[in-house]
Amino acid sequence: MRDPATPPRPTAPLLQAIGITKRYGTFAANDAVSLDLYPNEIHALLGENGAGKSTLVKIIYGLIQPTEGELRWMGDKIVLAGPSAARELGIGMVFQHFSLFNNLTVAENVALGLAPTENFSAISDRLAEVSRDYGLPLDPKREVWRLSVGERQRIEIVRALMQNPKLLILDEPTAVLTPQEADQLFVTLERLRGEGRALLYISHKLDEVKRLCDTATILRLGKKVSTCDPRRETAASLARMMVGAEIGEVKAASGRQPTIPRLIVRDLSLAPDDPHGTYLKNVSLEVRGGEIFGIAGVAGNGQDELFAALSGERISPTGGAVVIDGDAAGYLGINERRRLGAAFVPEERLGHGTAPRMKLSENALLTGHAASAMVHHGFVDKPAMLDLVDRATKTFDVRKAKRDPEAASLSGGNLQKFIVGREILREPGVLVVSQPTWGVDAGAAAVIRQALIDLAARGAAVLIISQDLDELAEVSDRIAVMFHGRLSDAMNAADADRETIGLLMGGSTIAPSEAADAGA
Amino acid sequence: MGLLEAIILAVLAASTPLLLAAAGELVTERAGVLNLGVEGMMIMGAACGFAGAYFTGSTIVGAVCGILAGVGMSAVFAWLTLGLAVNQVAAGLALTILGVGMSGLIGAGFVGERITAVPQLWLPVLTDLPFVGRILFGQNALVYGSIALVIGIWYFLYRTRAGLVLRAVGDNHASAHALGYPVLTIRTFAVLFGGACAGLGGAYLPLAYTPFFISGMTAGRGWIALALVVFASWMPGRLVAGAYLFGAVTILQLHAQGAGFGIPSQLMTALPYLATILVLIVISRTRGTIGSAAPASLGLVFVPDR
Repeated sequence: MRDPATPPRPTAPLLQAIGITKRYGTFAANDAVSLDLYPNEIHALLGENGAGKSTLVKIIYGLIQPTEGELRWMGDKIVLAGPSAARELGIGMVFQHFSLFNNLTVAENVALGLAPTENFSAISDRLAEVSRDYGLPLDPKREVWRLSVGERQRIEIVRALMQNPKLLILDEPTAVLTPQEADQLFVTLERLRGEGRALLYISHKLDEVKRLCDTATILRLGKKVSTCDPRRETAASLARMMVGAEIGEVKAASGRQPTIPRLIVRDLSLAPDDPHGTYLKNVSLEVRGGEIFGIAGVAGNGQDELFAALSGERISPTGGAVVIDGDAAGYLGINERRRLGAAFVPEERLGHGTAPRMKLSENALLTGHAASAMVHHGFVDKPAMLDLVDRATKTFDVRKAKRDPEAASLSGGNLQKFIVGREILREPGVLVVSQPTWGVDAGAAAVIRQALIDLAARGAAVLIISQDLDELAEVSDRIAVMFHGRLSDAMNAADADRETIGLLMGGSTIAPSEAADAGA
Repeated sequence: MGLLEAIILAVLAASTPLLLAAAGELVTERAGVLNLGVEGMMIMGAACGFAGAYFTGSTIVGAVCGILAGVGMSAVFAWLTLGLAVNQVAAGLALTILGVGMSGLIGAGFVGERITAVPQLWLPVLTDLPFVGRILFGQNALVYGSIALVIGIWYFLYRTRAGLVLRAVGDNHASAHALGYPVLTIRTFAVLFGGACAGLGGAYLPLAYTPFFISGMTAGRGWIALALVVFASWMPGRLVAGAYLFGAVTILQLHAQGAGFGIPSQLMTALPYLATILVLIVISRTRGTIGSAAPASLGLVFVPDR
C-alpha cells in the first residue's frame, strides 16, 4: 500500500489509458481509446449501449486484457492480471448489474470483495464505521435478497470504499434509483471527489453528467469521439456526439380522445411465484381506449408480477380481476387473452420476448399463432410468417443482415423494434409493454415510442411499465407508481411532477389504490 | 439384542453410504454444479473398492480405491462441464450410464467372491454397555467418518473464508468472477470432492455392508443421495436427519416384509423411492416457507469472458 498522506500532484493524471484496443475476432469493442483520469475529478464516460463503455471499464478494472494499448498508474506502466491486482493499486468498482450474492449477508458480501487477510469481525466493525461515516446505513447481518435496490447499491459502494480506493469506477449507478436516492448518491460522490479521489462515472443520462461531472469522454462504436467539459455543452450537443446524428423528436398524435375502458384490473392480489418475489396487493387500474397509462417504480416492486398477471403467465385468483375489452380474463391463459385482442411485450428481449436461437419468422409465429392467420389445420404457413417479418422490418426500420435471421443475431434496439412491431402489426386493442426501450439506442427508442403513441391514437389501450421517468413523462397520459406490490392512484401526466413521483417510488406517501370510476 | 437395537444398528449401516454420497454432492451443488452422476460414481466406487480389497486383503486400500474411482469419474464430469461447458444434466446422466456399465465390466470377475468386511470398533466396557453400547461404540470407521465429514463440511462452509467463497461461486458465478475469484477452479475442486465422497459411499457397500460385489449393487442409492441434498435444502445439519430417515425407511420395509403384512414385497422394496418422490413433492409445495438455500447458479454453465 502506498502512503495515503502523500497524494499525487493534482496536475498529474492518476490513471492514463493510452490507445486501448480490444478486438473480438474482427469486431473492435474499443478502438484506440485514450483517457486521462485526475484526482479531485469526476470524469464521465458517455455513450450508447454497445459504444464500448463497459469494455473499457473492464480493462481498467483488470477483468479483461486489452489487445493493444497500455495503462499507466501515476506515470508507471501497469499490467492488471485481474481485479484483485486493480484493487491492490487502489481501483474500486461499483457494478451496474450488482455483483452481489443474494443468499449471503451484507457482511459476507463485503468480505468477499476485500483481501483475505482481514478477519471477519474486523470487517464487520469497519463496515459499520464506513457506512456511518458516509451516511450509507446498512445492517451487516441481513441477507441481500431482503434489501431494496437502493440498499443493495449502498453495499456495492461501501464495499468499494472499504478498500480506500484512489480511483472509483461507477457503472450507471442511478439506473435503478429514485430521483431522491440519486440526489443522495450525488452528495456522497461529491464528498469523495473532495477527498482527492478520482471518479469515473459511466452514464447515458446527460442531465446528471452536466450536473455532476468535471470532464466527459464520449464513445461511439468503440471509438473516442471527444473529451469535453460537459458543463459547457448542451444536452443536445452531447446527445449528438453520442448518437452521431440528430434524434427524431417524438410527437404526440393530436386529437387523441380517451374512450371506454378497455383494460381493467380490479383489486388484484397475488402471491409471487418466486420466494424472493413481491406480493401484489389490491392493484386496481383502468386503461381507456386511446390512452397510454404509465406505471413507474423502482425495479422489483411488483412490476414483473403485475406483467405476468396481465399477460396470463400467472392466473389471477378471480376471473374479474383482469378484464380485457369487457371480458373477464383473470382465469384465461395467454393465448386466450391474445384472442380477446390483447398483446404483450415482456421486459427481457432474449429468452422471454423471443427464443434467441429461433428465426424471426418462428418468433413471429410463437406469439401470433393464437390470433393471427399463420396456422391452418395444424400446419404453419411459412409465407404468412415471413410476410409479418417483412412488414415489421419495413414499418419499424428493423436492420438485419438477412431476411430471416436468428433473433439473437440482432442488436438490442433492432430486436426490440421487431418485438414491438410484431405485436403492433396485429392491431391489438390492448397492449401491455414492459420496459419498452430499456438498453435500446436513442434512435430505436424514438421509433418505438412513436409507434406506441400512434397505436393509442388508433384507439388501443396501452399500458407501459417503465423505470425510465423521462420516457413515461414523454408518452403517458396518466401515471401511477408501484411500490411494494401496491399501485398508487393514477395522476394526469401533465400534473405529475418528478418530485411527487420520486417520493411515491420511495414509498413515502402511498395512498391505497382505488379504481377511478368503478362504474364504467 | 432387542429388536429396537437391531433396527437402529441396521439403520446406521444402511444410512452411511447415503450420507457419504449426499455430503459430497452437497458441496458440489453449493459451488453451483449439479452432478447427476452420483449413482455412476458410487457404483464405480463399489466395484473398484471391492477389487482393491480383494487383491490386497486390506479394506483401507479398498476404500482408497473407491475414492480414487469416484474422483476419476468426477474428473471426467468436470472436464466435460467445466472445461468444455457441456450441459450438466446431460453429462451427469451420461456419467451414471457409463459408471453402471463399466462397473459391471470391472466387477464381472468378482461376482461370488468374498472379502473380510471393515472391522467394527470394540472398546472394553463401553461397547458392552446395554443397548447404547453397540450403537455408539460398536460401529465401523466409515460410520464415524461420515458424521465427522458432515461436521467438517458444516465448519468449512460457514466458518472458513474458502467456504464463503465456495458458497459465493454457487450463488452468483458472474459476480464471483467479477470480484476476481477463479470460478472454474473452485468448481473443479468441489466436483472432485463430491466424486471422492460418492466413491467412498459406493465402496462402503462391498467393504462394510455386504462383503461381496454384485453388479448394480448401489440400487439407486445415488439418486436417493441427490434427492437428499434437495430434502436438506443444501444444509449439512438437515442432511444427517434426512439420511437417517431414508435409511430407516429402507430397514423398516425389510422388517415389515419379515413380519408378513401381506403387502407385495415389491411394493415394500419400492418404499424408499416412493418416499423420495413424496419428499420432493412436499419440498416443491412448501418452497419459500421453510427457507431454502438453493444455490442460485446451480446447474448453469459459466464461461468467463476474457
